[in-house]
Amino acid sequence: MRAYILRRLLLTIPTVFFVTLIVFLLIRSIPGSIVDIMVNEQESTGISVTKLDRQAIEQALGLNVPIYTQYGRWISGIVLHGSLGESLWDSIPVTQEIAARWPVTLELGILALIVTQIIALPIGIYSALRQNTWGDYLARTFAIFCIAVPSFWLATLVIVFPAIWWHYSPPILLIPFNKDPIGNLKMFIIPAVILGMSGAGGNMRITRTMMLEVLRQDYIRTAWAKGLSERVVVMRHALKNALIPVVTLIGYQIPVIVGGAVIIEDIFGLPGLGRLLTDATESRDYPIVSGVVLITSIVIVFINLFVDLSYGYLDPRVHYE
Amino acid sequence: MSVTTKEPKKRFKLAELVRRMITEQPLGTVGALITLILLFTGIFARWLAPYGMNDPHPLSALQGPSLRFWLGTDNIGRDLLSRLIYGARISMIVGLVGSLLSVVISVIMGILSAYIGGVFDLTIQRFVDAVLSIPSLLLLMVVISLIGTGMWQVIFCLGISNGIGGSRMIRSLVIGIKSNLYVQAAVAVGTPTWKILLQHILPNIMAPIIIIFSMTVPSVILAEAGLSFLGFGIPPPAPSWGGMLSGSARTYMFKDPWMALWPGLALAIVVYGVNMFGDALRDLLDPRLRGGAGRYGTMLKRRISTVITKENSTKKISSQ
Repeated sequence: MRAYILRRLLLTIPTVFFVTLIVFLLIRSIPGSIVDIMVNEQESTGISVTKLDRQAIEQALGLNVPIYTQYGRWISGIVLHGSLGESLWDSIPVTQEIAARWPVTLELGILALIVTQIIALPIGIYSALRQNTWGDYLARTFAIFCIAVPSFWLATLVIVFPAIWWHYSPPILLIPFNKDPIGNLKMFIIPAVILGMSGAGGNMRITRTMMLEVLRQDYIRTAWAKGLSERVVVMRHALKNALIPVVTLIGYQIPVIVGGAVIIEDIFGLPGLGRLLTDATESRDYPIVSGVVLITSIVIVFINLFVDLSYGYLDPRVHYE
Repeated sequence: MSVTTKEPKKRFKLAELVRRMITEQPLGTVGALITLILLFTGIFARWLAPYGMNDPHPLSALQGPSLRFWLGTDNIGRDLLSRLIYGARISMIVGLVGSLLSVVISVIMGILSAYIGGVFDLTIQRFVDAVLSIPSLLLLMVVISLIGTGMWQVIFCLGISNGIGGSRMIRSLVIGIKSNLYVQAAVAVGTPTWKILLQHILPNIMAPIIIIFSMTVPSVILAEAGLSFLGFGIPPPAPSWGGMLSGSARTYMFKDPWMALWPGLALAIVVYGVNMFGDALRDLLDPRLRGGAGRYGTMLKRRISTVITKENSTKKISSQ
């Protein structure tokens, strides 16, 4: 067990290395340098750019040294000083910007994950138990409906129609949880349900497939043969084993939820990481962009590590070697 | 009943697949129909659309559905139906080409990683891990903001990012096949590696490849719509369904909610249809999920019971 944890931890090192490399190279090796893009954009708004400004931008981005030195500087900045650089436009440290935003995205994400499971598990189990009946077809249709209806469309409808019918619009300013928990939850619940629904479809389908596979195992037949009630067979014998891959799926869902949060935060005006990223991408504030992408990716790497390690507790058949 | 019949050699038959799709997978058939309608609309958009996609009719802007404009008009008086029809073409091209690129990348990466193995596999898999842990929408937004918006840019980015993630599945399939005797035999008689990959491994993962392709199409279509919605996809005035819900349209939706309704509805129906089609295809092609009766194979059970009762009744008749 200890050896496995160690090996798994060691394997995350190259993964994190690749993440930093992708995030770094993305921004540095794209045709047409960022400086050009920024200069062009400045000039198109009517501000003339001198050579000195150009050099200043290059220096701010650290583009005046070879690429491996840039990478080394960037990494040592993160590791040694915990610094992700400063915002290009207003010189606020990126870490400070992220620190102000992440609680919103975290709350939205956790609520969405809860909504996903509340919808997915019961319907997925039901669907498997009644395979190829009308109930199953209905459940599967609902699952695909969850996948098919784009969250940004649902969110748009949720904003447009109440506004037309009842002149209602969602609050614009964030209500902090510690000041008004109920107001805060009211603000988050609709975005969280919409975000959670998009994940529920996939989860429901995996739950159904896994249940179907488990229900065909010999020990389930034995359980039936013993004359156990349906509830006991399903809940005690089948579900436990069927749920293991569902836990893995949660690990895979985090990136999807983060991606969805970008859209949902944009629509509902929630000041989270997603909003920070869209704003930064639009204003081409690359230190912020790379900071946000890097931090979320590393968090996801460790969530996946945690999911992998949790197998040992969930499934006694799993022996780490 | 003890007559042994010679098992006919099984061959992949399209007609047989279509027949089974219709009889066994009613929802899949609906999905297939929706998919066909999308293809038809996409291909013949020019002849189906009553107006040009960007023809403004300023005098009839922001109108609801009418006889002249079946689905209404947008804020500068463009016919929404025509824009939806041309939007189908965009979704079709992005979905098909993007998924094709994605599957090709998945197959190449997956096969090589699994077959070569060792340090190469380990490195590639850590790279895939890294890509999978970067939320794809974030990655796509950043890349597209750098290389510029446009349909082919979106296809390129979606194909690559989906392809890298999808290689995981191909890899695990190939690892399973690699240990088969016939592959080892091929190695033993000195078959060149490329020939083993193309003639012994690739044909064996064809069914999963088709399934992966059909499952990638809707997710690529949705991703394009999401990107266009955020302004990092296909720029206006192109009638991308996602783009039609964003930008200046958002301010006019409160006056004319039809503008908010149609593009999303079209998107939802298409993604629903292609997903259902892909699902049914998987059920038909993957024998593990078929039959197996168990207690819950209700359809099968019913069919078996009817066969048994028929047999019993014929026996009774013959014995009488």
